[in-house]
Amino acid sequence: MGSKQSIFTEEQLDEYQDCTVFTRKEILRLYHRYHSLAPEIVPCHFNDCADIKLPLELISEMPELKENPFHQKVLQVFSEDKQNKMSFNDFLNMFSILSDLTPQHLKAHYAFKVYDFNSDNFICQSDVEVMLAKLTGDELSDEEVQLVCNKVMEEGDLDGDGKLSFTDFEYMITRAPDFMSTFHIRI
Amino acid sequence: MVNTNKTKKNNREDLEKIGIQIDADETTDTAEEEDDDNEEEDIKQPAKIRKKQNNRKSSKPSDEDEDNSDEDTKLKARNNRRRLPVQNGIRKNKNDKDDESDEEKSTDTAKNSRTKARNKDNGKGEESDDNSELEGENKKTRKNPVHNNNRNNRNNANKRQKDEDNKKVKQANSRGNRKGEKDNGKDKKKKGKSSSSSSSSSDSEDTLSEGELAKVLEEVEEKKMLIAAIRTKAWRMKRKLTTLKESQEFVEKFEGALGKGKGRKFYAYKVMMMKKWIKFKRDFENFKTSCIPWEMKIKEIESHFGSSVASYFIFLRWLYGINLVLFSLTFGLVVIPEVLMGLPYGSIPRKTVPRKEQPTAMDFSVLWEFGGYIKYSALFYGYYNNERMIGVFKYRLPLSYFMVGVGSFGYSLMVVIRTMARNARENGIDGDDGDFNFSWKMFTSWDYLIGNPETADNKFASITTSFKESIVDEEESQKDENIHLRRFLIVLANFLIFCCLAGSGYLIFYVVKKSQTYSTLEELTWYQKNEIDIVMALLGMFVPPLFETIAGLENYHPRIALKWQLWRMFALFLGNLYTFLLALIDQVNAQLAEEESIKNKTLAMVNSFNFTNSTSESIPAIDPADFPRGPCWETGVGLEFTKLTVSDILVTYGSILVGDFLRALFVRFINYCWCWDLEYGFPSYTEFDISGNVLGLIFNQGMIWMGTFYSPGLIGINILRLLTSMYFQCWAVMCCNVPQSRVFKASGSNNFYMSLLLLILFLSLLPVIYTIMTFTPSFDCGPFSGKTKMFEVIMETIQNDFPAFIGKLFSYASNPGLILPGILLMVLAIYYLNATSKTYETANLELKRKMQMLRDEQKNRRNNKYTVNPMLQDLEDLLPNNANVNKPESNQIVIGKQPNEATRANGKHGKEMTLAPPPPRMVVTKPPNPRQVSHIPGQPRSGTPGSGPRRPSPGQSRH
Repeated sequence: MGSKQSIFTEEQLDEYQDCTVFTRKEILRLYHRYHSLAPEIVPCHFNDCADIKLPLELISEMPELKENPFHQKVLQVFSEDKQNKMSFNDFLNMFSILSDLTPQHLKAHYAFKVYDFNSDNFICQSDVEVMLAKLTGDELSDEEVQLVCNKVMEEGDLDGDGKLSFTDFEYMITRAPDFMSTFHIRI
Repeated sequence: MVNTNKTKKNNREDLEKIGIQIDADETTDTAEEEDDDNEEEDIKQPAKIRKKQNNRKSSKPSDEDEDNSDEDTKLKARNNRRRLPVQNGIRKNKNDKDDESDEEKSTDTAKNSRTKARNKDNGKGEESDDNSELEGENKKTRKNPVHNNNRNNRNNANKRQKDEDNKKVKQANSRGNRKGEKDNGKDKKKKGKSSSSSSSSSDSEDTLSEGELAKVLEEVEEKKMLIAAIRTKAWRMKRKLTTLKESQEFVEKFEGALGKGKGRKFYAYKVMMMKKWIKFKRDFENFKTSCIPWEMKIKEIESHFGSSVASYFIFLRWLYGINLVLFSLTFGLVVIPEVLMGLPYGSIPRKTVPRKEQPTAMDFSVLWEFGGYIKYSALFYGYYNNERMIGVFKYRLPLSYFMVGVGSFGYSLMVVIRTMARNARENGIDGDDGDFNFSWKMFTSWDYLIGNPETADNKFASITTSFKESIVDEEESQKDENIHLRRFLIVLANFLIFCCLAGSGYLIFYVVKKSQTYSTLEELTWYQKNEIDIVMALLGMFVPPLFETIAGLENYHPRIALKWQLWRMFALFLGNLYTFLLALIDQVNAQLAEEESIKNKTLAMVNSFNFTNSTSESIPAIDPADFPRGPCWETGVGLEFTKLTVSDILVTYGSILVGDFLRALFVRFINYCWCWDLEYGFPSYTEFDISGNVLGLIFNQGMIWMGTFYSPGLIGINILRLLTSMYFQCWAVMCCNVPQSRVFKASGSNNFYMSLLLLILFLSLLPVIYTIMTFTPSFDCGPFSGKTKMFEVIMETIQNDFPAFIGKLFSYASNPGLILPGILLMVLAIYYLNATSKTYETANLELKRKMQMLRDEQKNRRNNKYTVNPMLQDLEDLLPNNANVNKPESNQIVIGKQPNEATRANGKHGKEMTLAPPPPRMVVTKPPNPRQVSHIPGQPRSGTPGSGPRRPSPGQSRH
């Protein structure tokens, strides 16, 4: 941490602090994490690596993400380009959204994107099935999966089109007691 | 020539500004994906082109311009409607609203068409972004409509400028360069007045009018808002950064131009101070977060055990923070001044160990009981002198003692209530538990904090079990159960628990009574000395499991069962505590009576001492240690609380060591040579008992609050306890506990625990206030000795140190004639607020019911339709125009339009289109055949082929 000034310029730090919920220390810590993921690629000084990107597989090795059944989708949602790579900006953004200081509606927005596995802007039956498979493995029988899917749709679907739009999802998720504490990664 | 130069300069600045504005304007649209980026480019284009032309005076029309013309016309169409009100300059309020709604509509339609166009091009729709963004905007509208209005205003202006720009580009193209430019210049000049184009260059400043100023100010404010809110925007980082930079530049540039004449310097000063203030705030924030301890430890626990166990440690940390403040108050304002500036140890009787106790005063066994030197140290009430002012600073110690005692209660109350209010605000909309059972399980059960493979496995298993349980519940919910048996069991369980509570209460009362008879005895065994503590600790250890066993009879849902369990344990602890307090008050009364007799004796002695002093004028050689003294009940009370706290600490740590650590050792190492699997079989490892631990912490805090007035050192002990407990329990939990097999949290547990804490705070406030108000302080120890009541110290200060009129004021204020109306007013206020909240509650309920009804109705309608569907389908097939005309069109519209519609109608009607009959206003934007959509076979709704199995509906099975 001694090389505070040399990693970022003051303006960069200020800008990042404006754009994320992090403090200076956390930003530096995140950069160290990012750096330690691939020390040979990422330089020590941020200024030299403005457009260096790391592959998602590398990032998913982080202990914070590794066990998460949704980590692939999370990384995809937050990575900017389509080549499965992630820049430091995206990296920072991701952890900012997942931090506990982020307001609920923003979290809901990204949670929706994460759980929308086929990216059709709705959470439909197939998404729920995928989720269920990721959460429970193959423990549930087909009928049970069907039942759960139907139940989820029945509960959340306020307008009756058989899938959850963002509005439905937000309405449901903002009432969940645990959402804010579970959709959260501490850095 | 000079003139033209000026205009040119103006122009350029205008244009730059427009560029900026346009970008900012773009922020209202979403440009998350590349398509949107393209669009952004498109819109930026005119400004760029203009710039190019102005600078280079080359009249090359760019190709993109032509491409854009399509969009431009749309924009124009959109803006034509607005031009009128904008040109009028200041709008009337009445118009504003109409305009806003109008605009909303027009934006929507424009967007629709744009989206459609884009869809045509790209095949795949990216509507979601617009969608969500719009929603965000809607939210904003709700929050501060005024601002949005302003922004709309400005948007209008911007759009118009853009439009005119475009027009002018074309003009320039047709007419030739120079002329066009001149034209532009004039145009700009004209526009400069109506729109907000003002620049920081000196010549335009002179022409700034009031209206322009206001507009620029508005805009700057707007940008500042944007900067403040940028972190809550759902944008990519890159976009955030660029937007931020642009807005900052804008603010930088135009802030200086604001303010007029004399006000200007002041304004600049204000702006500068504002910047400094923001910087300071940020630094302070940075400093504050760097002071938060144990972040890494908690993170480690979180990744091993999930958020629920970690919540205990976060609570512990929070309490530590509060205690640290209380500690610094007490030590900084009471203990340290007394130690530094008061009379030293041994100078007066109250600061000396009595002769009788001196031989044993340094024995460990005595010190362990807080006797001997500790009892007569600054840790306890009795040590403090009643001198009004001490030291060179004339520090008023008794007053500060009193104020700190009261102030720490005030501070604790404030903090707890504020935290509760914040929690309540955060999860204010608590849904009904039954509504989203499965959805919540699905979407919020995975804990993103988990980073440990073993815990992850456990979590998977627990999620699976919970799903299975819910499924079973769901299937069995219709089944009738024996309600009579269940009721009987519940009553039985409650009866048993009541018996337990009463029994434990009586036991404590009995023990305390017995211990009072011991005080007459000379020699006490170790057991007799510690009987109360031992009994209380044992009760605390064995009764809660008993409760749990009994609660098994009730067969509640675990969440409810946990709450019951907590309340019962709370009642147990509370009963114990209050029995203890009652016994203590008995003891205090006895000591007060004893004190009376000693007081007479001492007074006689002091009198004689004075007498001899005055006659012989020689200092009598009475050692302070030999001075007769009263029992000093305050120190006694403080002593009791300290002992209780310490024994509580020991019991807690001991139980962790034995119950967790030794058990873990046993299970781990004996497992190699045991006949069954210990790790998964009977003893197994322990799970971390969150509720028990939190309750323990809360009660400990209650004791601290109660005892700290009579024993200022207690808070220091508590600080040590919390500190060690953080490390010790962290270690214990990581080394000998296993993640819970059944992870669930009491819903909104945070506030549940907080309310327990508040209750305890209040309950511990009561006895302290009672003793302060009713008992006479000891005559020979403590800062209030010599007074009849402790609170007299305030009156004394008012009389002696304040000017007379304040004393008068105070006496007026304490007049019942004023106090009674005050109380009455407060009662009225409470009544009124209560009534209002009731009204809101009913309104809320009403709304909820309405929503429920709406949902049910829709469901019914859907179901009905499914039954009628086959017939309708037949009919539809008969109608030729349905199949031919509407199919392609409706397809397009669904792709392009639905999300927007959904947003506009808050998602309610967007889907109604597809399944329910559309409400009348839908007809305007949609061809009247809503059901088409849902049953066109193989129609990819959103561009993704095979978007998965849809809800099995009769509509599909038909084909």
